Amino acid sequence: MSLSSTVTGQTRVVTVHAERIDAAMAIQFKEDMRSATEGGPARVVLDLSQVTFIDSSGLGAIVASMKQLGAGRRLDLAGLTPVVEKVFRLTRMDTVFNLFGSLDDALAAEPS
Amino acid sequence: MDPGFEQESFTLSFPARETSARDGIQHLAAVLRARGLSEDRAGDVEIALAEAINNVVEHAYEGRMPGQVRVTCCLGGDRLDILIADRGRGFPDGRIPRGESARIDLPVENLPEGGFGWHLIRQLTSDIRYERIDGLNRLSLTFDLPGEPSLSRR
Repeated sequence: MSLSSTVTGQTRVVTVHAERIDAAMAIQFKEDMRSATEGGPARVVLDLSQVTFIDSSGLGAIVASMKQLGAGRRLDLAGLTPVVEKVFRLTRMDTVFNLFGSLDDALAAEPS
Repeated sequence: MDPGFEQESFTLSFPARETSARDGIQHLAAVLRARGLSEDRAGDVEIALAEAINNVVEHAYEGRMPGQVRVTCCLGGDRLDILIADRGRGFPDGRIPRGESARIDLPVENLPEGGFGWHLIRQLTSDIRYERIDGLNRLSLTFDLPGEPSLSRR
């Protein structure tokens, strides 16, 4: 799993450099997210613009990534491609996360 | 199936392991796109197919030597039938899960990290059938494909 992480202002941006977050890599993704988000800003934006497919295991790993941030921190999602967006919508997880069309949109939004 | 349309079917078998399953799912979705399935519907099929196949990998062969998964896609008329066969464990009570949507009106720390698979499959398919005969599990997923005029009709 390839993730890159940068801090922009009061936000940590984690970018997924993979086309799929699926059952074969869900555990690795969760562990890599833990390393990438340890400490630092309260707000984390996950840039999913390179991800074209996700399954329920991948979705669960993103939920787990938010939970392991702990109290007072937040995971927002940016750049959902059509299939990824559909999985979030069908499971209603689109109501749990703040979703942004692009990373720019996410960074323009007020951290709250 | 409507006999007025030519059908075409193709079959792929692979070991019930996560990485083989991923390759198989990607391959099947690519073939369906090449046969003219729209990007949107191919995405739907790939989601449901991945959930059903991952279920075989994770549950049917849990704690056993992984066997084979055989997937047959039959494209004809305005529908797609996908048969997923394996010789792993059957479903509890011989029935596929109801796939109710997981509760998400919960504090973050209590949100579910799983249990979405059957809900997704049920929302994306028009029919699901399951039977187990002589140790063979046969799960059929049907997708209606209205307005998919570009499907190849040979």
